[in-house]
Amino acid sequence: MSKTFDSSASAVADIHDGASILIGGFGICGMAHNLCSALSKRENVGNFHLISNAGGMDNYGVGLLFEKKKVSSIIASRVGPACKAYEDQVMQEEIKIEICPQGTFSERIRAGGSGIGGFFTPTGAGTVVAENKESRVIDGVEHIFENPIKADFSLIRAWKADHNGNLLYRQSARNFNPIMATASNTTIVEVEEILPVGSLDPDEVHTPGIFVDRIVKVEDPTKPIEILKIRK
Amino acid sequence: MSLTREQIAERAASELPNGGYVNLGLGIPTLVSNYLKDSQNITIHSENGILNLGPSPLSGEEDPDLINASKETVTIQKGGSFFDSSLSFSMVRGGHIDVTILGAMEVAENGDLANWAVPGKMISGMGGAMDLVVGAKKVIVTMEHVTKRGAPKILKNCTLPLTGKSVVNLILTDLALITVEKEGLVLRELAPGVDKNEVIEKTGATLTIDSNIKEMF
Repeated sequence: MSKTFDSSASAVADIHDGASILIGGFGICGMAHNLCSALSKRENVGNFHLISNAGGMDNYGVGLLFEKKKVSSIIASRVGPACKAYEDQVMQEEIKIEICPQGTFSERIRAGGSGIGGFFTPTGAGTVVAENKESRVIDGVEHIFENPIKADFSLIRAWKADHNGNLLYRQSARNFNPIMATASNTTIVEVEEILPVGSLDPDEVHTPGIFVDRIVKVEDPTKPIEILKIRK
Repeated sequence: MSLTREQIAERAASELPNGGYVNLGLGIPTLVSNYLKDSQNITIHSENGILNLGPSPLSGEEDPDLINASKETVTIQKGGSFFDSSLSFSMVRGGHIDVTILGAMEVAENGDLANWAVPGKMISGMGGAMDLVVGAKKVIVTMEHVTKRGAPKILKNCTLPLTGKSVVNLILTDLALITVEKEGLVLRELAPGVDKNEVIEKTGATLTIDSNIKEMF
């Protein structure tokens, strides 16, 4: 059965109400905008539990899910500045938010995809992050126990794929995408280009196709810049 | 005369070890990159997956796939690398970053740091700060010595939610350079023209004065 889908809409058609979804991206860099957009247009489906560090922009990517009020909770290491709908819903407690240090966030997802049952980290020991968590002194340093993160779906943005699902990422658009690709039941990837099998040098593959279930070529290749900073 | 933000950044740049791998936080720390000398051979790490961060791009050079941890367009220098967030935090948490420079709301006399949350205000999240302060070999705080209302930011104990316990090694402010030792805080350097009594008055914790106290510049 082919992994390649005709459209973002068909690739996200079976995401169910209340699904947990990992969404890649740091800010909007490396965010699966086309998949998010298609999902935001689905009627009668929402209450998603997101795991995403992408604050989003108005009208782009994960921001579209917030605008359509399809998110009931989110795990993130950074919230604002983010799209207005996200900030408003957090302020009004319409969205439950769990703040997690970024390294812990990354490692929890990596653990989830790797079959690790949990791990001890020094990050957050002695802070509010440690509340209600098991702790242990290891080599004289206090560590806290963190659980893995796994989800129903991952929405991934990559640069190129072959039809086997082998992925290449580009520059800092990589960020959380590779680990998120491993940590869900169904990994859906949007790419700028889908290549014939054999085009990618095996030594250069960033995410092996074993982790990828569905591939779709972006309908809208636009990649906005969130904060333009130039030097004179 | 108290130092400007630029001068604090310049003083911080001279604290970095030659050949060091460094992470620069938001605010004054980002200015440190303007004062690095080529001879120092510093590699800047960006938590979103970049080593050897360069300056902002020239107009027309910007690329939406290349941003720094503040989500601003940036460049990468020759000999750099891209990697994912998991590997980025292996570098951070695994003790491979030599120095992290961050801002602070409060620093306690035992080195506790509070720099991510103000109760009652919209939570922005701690990002990579908690990992950086436990993982980096040296933690430098750059900040104004007092708040806008004139209240000390160096205290016996932090009142705000902590980023890390006993993590800060060096505090650089517009008035002074203070090291955090097992025995407590030691005032090592003063901004030119600033009197040590002003610093003592504006610090909410006990300061030992270095017998060889000197000027920051």
